[in-house]
Amino acid sequence: MSSDPILSLLFLVNSEEKTVTVRPADTLLYILRVRLGLTGSKPGCLNGDCGACTVLVDGTPMKSCLMLAVEGEGKQITTIEGLVNTPIQKAFIEKFAFQCGYCTSGFLMNCHALVNIEPNASDEKIKDWLESNICRCTGYKEIEEAVKSVLNTAEGKH
Amino acid sequence: MLPFNFEYYKPQTIQDAFRQFYSFRKENKKTIYISGGTELITLGRLNQVYTDAVIDLKRIQEYSSTFFHKDYLVIGGGATLTTIEEVNAFPLLSKTVKEIADRTARNKITIAGNICGQIFYREAILPLLITECLLGIAGAEGIFHLPLQDIFNKEIQLREGEFIFSILIENKYIKLPYVSIKRRKQWDIGYPLVTVAAIKNNDEIRMAFSGVSPFPFRSEEMEKVLNDRALSLEDRVEKSLLSLPGPVLNDVEGSSGYRLFVLKNTMMDAIEELEGERNVK
Amino acid sequence: MIKGVIKLGYIGKSVIRKDAFEKVTGEAKYTNDYQEMGTLHAKMMISPLAHANIVSMDFSEAWKIPGVKAILGNEPYPLVGEEIKDRSPIAYKRVRYHGEPVAVVVAETPMIAKRGVDAIKVSYEPLPVVNSPRDGLQKDAPLIHENLESYEKQEGVYPNPNTNIANLNKIRKGNIEKGFMESDVVAEFSVSFHPSDHAAMETRGTIAEIRPDGTIIFTASTQAPFAIKKIMKWYFGIEPGKVIVNTPFVGGAYGGKASVQLEIIAYLASKAVGGKPVKLVNTREEDIITSSVHIGLDATVKLGATKDGMLKFAEIQFLFDGGAYSDKAVDISRAGAVDCTGPYQIDNIWCNSFCIYTNHPYAGAYRGYSHSEVLFAFERTMDVLAEKLSMDPLELRYKNAIRPGNTTPTQVLLNSSKVGNLHQCIKRLKVLMNWDEGQIIAMDDRKIRAKGACCVWKTSTFDTDASSGVILTFNSDGSINLMSGVVEIGTGTKTVLAQILAERMKMDINNIHVKMLVDTQTTPEHWKTVGSRGTFMAGRAVLKAADDAIRQLKDRAACILRVPVKDLEVGYGKVYFVDSPQINVDIKDLAYGYKFPNGHTIGGQIIASGTYTLTRLTYLDPETGKGNPGPEWTVAAQGIEVELDTRDYTYKILKAYSVIDIGKVVNEKAALGQVMGAMSMGIAFGGREEFVFDEFGRVLNPQLRTYRPLRYGEHPEYIIDFVETPHLAAPYGARGVGEHGLLGMPAALGNCLSAALGVQLNHLPLIPEQIWRMSGGGKNAAV
Repeated sequence: MSSDPILSLLFLVNSEEKTVTVRPADTLLYILRVRLGLTGSKPGCLNGDCGACTVLVDGTPMKSCLMLAVEGEGKQITTIEGLVNTPIQKAFIEKFAFQCGYCTSGFLMNCHALVNIEPNASDEKIKDWLESNICRCTGYKEIEEAVKSVLNTAEGKH
Repeated sequence: MLPFNFEYYKPQTIQDAFRQFYSFRKENKKTIYISGGTELITLGRLNQVYTDAVIDLKRIQEYSSTFFHKDYLVIGGGATLTTIEEVNAFPLLSKTVKEIADRTARNKITIAGNICGQIFYREAILPLLITECLLGIAGAEGIFHLPLQDIFNKEIQLREGEFIFSILIENKYIKLPYVSIKRRKQWDIGYPLVTVAAIKNNDEIRMAFSGVSPFPFRSEEMEKVLNDRALSLEDRVEKSLLSLPGPVLNDVEGSSGYRLFVLKNTMMDAIEELEGERNVK
Repeated sequence: MIKGVIKLGYIGKSVIRKDAFEKVTGEAKYTNDYQEMGTLHAKMMISPLAHANIVSMDFSEAWKIPGVKAILGNEPYPLVGEEIKDRSPIAYKRVRYHGEPVAVVVAETPMIAKRGVDAIKVSYEPLPVVNSPRDGLQKDAPLIHENLESYEKQEGVYPNPNTNIANLNKIRKGNIEKGFMESDVVAEFSVSFHPSDHAAMETRGTIAEIRPDGTIIFTASTQAPFAIKKIMKWYFGIEPGKVIVNTPFVGGAYGGKASVQLEIIAYLASKAVGGKPVKLVNTREEDIITSSVHIGLDATVKLGATKDGMLKFAEIQFLFDGGAYSDKAVDISRAGAVDCTGPYQIDNIWCNSFCIYTNHPYAGAYRGYSHSEVLFAFERTMDVLAEKLSMDPLELRYKNAIRPGNTTPTQVLLNSSKVGNLHQCIKRLKVLMNWDEGQIIAMDDRKIRAKGACCVWKTSTFDTDASSGVILTFNSDGSINLMSGVVEIGTGTKTVLAQILAERMKMDINNIHVKMLVDTQTTPEHWKTVGSRGTFMAGRAVLKAADDAIRQLKDRAACILRVPVKDLEVGYGKVYFVDSPQINVDIKDLAYGYKFPNGHTIGGQIIASGTYTLTRLTYLDPETGKGNPGPEWTVAAQGIEVELDTRDYTYKILKAYSVIDIGKVVNEKAALGQVMGAMSMGIAFGGREEFVFDEFGRVLNPQLRTYRPLRYGEHPEYIIDFVETPHLAAPYGARGVGEHGLLGMPAALGNCLSAALGVQLNHLPLIPEQIWRMSGGGKNAAV
């Protein structure tokens, strides 16, 4: 078997430029975790079903297991490590919107994008976005409260 | 994780894509085009897809754009399902694609990828089947246009090296009364038991289906019966089911008997909504 | 006075979790996040068939792949199994379930390992399958374990050689014939459901290495790091001191990480490469079918009552679908016998609880440990009985609800500490559900709103010597490090332990540093993080360790302050004289030894410890089941309200209710989170989740796109209330609550939909197709 083909690509991860060698067949998730050591993005299914690996690509939530690393070349990639003291992180803490924490990074990235892109999101819109992620620990009520507490439509801040 | 390696090429033009395709083929390399590319990963990791070379079409100019041109709405094959939903130029299509997979996945899945995919539901094609759209196909001589029905038989049949560059829907269809209903095994997530998309064009109902058989379809025979106003609503539906183009699926999502039950209800709901007798959620 | 008085009173408060900041920043590390250079990667090849002989295996192509370091398989390994040693860690000559490991490739990278697996050739000779526990009992059923008789096993396991019966536990209380004679009405009902999955978001995984001195070090995503040490002794004769298990954060467990499987395989793999570290992580597909699953059940319940609704007897048969290997399934079937009825006073009980071998993935613990399963059978039958009696189903339950002075199926005499107040729970549930408006409310010509309810209870059947330990070490700033063997699987138990410690030490909880990582070499043992027992057992150990710390602080302060020990108090960061608090010494000045101005020093770092062992538990009598299986029962009443479309049997769950006698709420939001999360899981189990098997016993839906946990927006409104009847042995009276929200959800859903449709539903999950079929759909030939 011939050795694996390697490309050297420039990525913009959490506002830092990173030059990384990748196989064209590597997923973005693999590169983030294994090459860049950003293990906050979690593998849950490697099949695009669970959302634990969600990152932002040019501000849009993407399942990093469903994206080839080469597709991310030159794009702004934000991982959970790039979120610092955001309102949604604070809300997740206050509302107990995590338990085991494994889905949390993916949920936070998706919620963060939702809050930025759809600050006035309706219940229907929230559902449409957040049904992309699975949380097996909470009953989702806590996540609902957390995300609603940082939307403009914030209700029930208790 | 994909256990195999492939060469990756990102053309800027159709000509470039085509040239590269044939260059790979000359070296006897199995070559595929990708648009969203999700199936390459999900099926590749299970050894259900293999390729030596990948041509990623996303960087080709206008491949991902959506605009109106003369009598047509033109949707780029590379438009993501989310874009289609948000631009909302064709509400029936928006509503149908909004139920595919989940939103984050739809940020990646493109319309061309969905309708040409291996996963057989291909629900985005249903609105296209009932609006007799044209496909802009990128081939050796550039883009040429063909009616969808001319190359659709259970799946879209392209010649080697061709890919769908754009989808053209006549403006007259996009404002017609429509309905799109997806019924699942349980609750709000999952593949369809049945997806029905329908429009009413001059009192004539057109309807296309996914989930009923292992391929999406529209059936003229069924529509003929469905539009026979001499019959009762129930008879229209029941009789049309005699013309189903293939056996009804019997799988993890549901048995064929139950699917038929759901199909019948869904068709009745669709017709009642189009004919204004009942509002269906 | 004491300055800087801290707002105290941590019990009952929603104290922010100690793991919060790590978890919302992506910094929390889970097993697979540990990536060290030099680690090799293992990949399993799994069986595509449910039952087959392995005719041949060919590794030659795999060996040709550069980077492949070892290939395991096709050789006899020591048999393993927690109760019965019936499983080869990697199949040998025979596979007994779809997904069973048949070979393992160890390679430099995960990708090379996968290529290696893809290059292995195996040929199988298919065998007929046992596709349900009932099939397994048929006379002509294929025998899954011909050598059952010769397998080594634990005490208290009763397999039946030359059958597929892995275990039988019996309950014989009172006289079933007498109960029958006293009954005016008898209801008999059977239910069934397939195995399903835990679907924790972190798949199971482990890293194993063998050090040059023979020490085996695991990093494992497990609920049972300490059990692994014992198991390595039982399986391989390795002394517990030679095994170290590190368990970082665990990404959801729900019982699925109490089984020990990948650790064994990774150990064998490491051994095959000279002890180098080897990482083995399940893919999602493997996690769903290869590792332990949620047990299935086939059950028949027969109940008798007087015409005024007093229960007189219960005759019960459980056929648990233990799958191909017994693992914990035989213990689960035992736990099912212990609480074989609902929480009612019944004088005459007869129960046979069988664990049956089938060709399904093997079962391990699952949140509730047989109780949601058994309660689905029992509580559905209670509604069938209520209908026969023309009695309100909650009234029937209220009349028979268990109370102090009653005895359980294993004949434990209860008091209010041991059982709590179920009557209060039922009363409260009736109010919350507005039960008196009726169970069914028509909305339009198609839609109805319907309600159903049930009662639940659970004790946890632990080893009778299960214990928990805590070590406290002081820092020179007076803060305390808290070390407990409880694994942080998501329940927030370690935060609760900090609350208990802060309360007892009267100190600021911010000065308590909880060690999240468990390292069995330095962390004191907590038996297993299972069965909703963390707060009780580790909490008791915390209190004992706190008392030890207080004693040490006082001893030291007494000599410095020249005040007798018994006149000293500890709190607010000081040790002070109760009569004159201005006479005091800061804990920070004592914690590392008290240093006098001239340099003389008394004492060193204060290290305190405490342990707690479950008290006066007994084995069960093999013939009657009599015995004391657990410390206390948590009781609850639960309900579900749906909106149902009577045309097509689709429904939406509007509200889900739980009224639980929790003993004492220690952390309110954490407790509510546990209950809501468990309810959500129970709803998914009752309403959607199951393995779909084909006729050859293969699982057709081993992915999260076809095996579907609940999603955001599918969740109902949760209505939760707590009753507080203290468990006197527990810290602040708190009862176990991690599982109980789940227990009644399938039964309540079944009762709700059955009442709505007038059809007694008996099979889970309650998907519309199932309800359609039970309501007569599909009987006429299709169009």
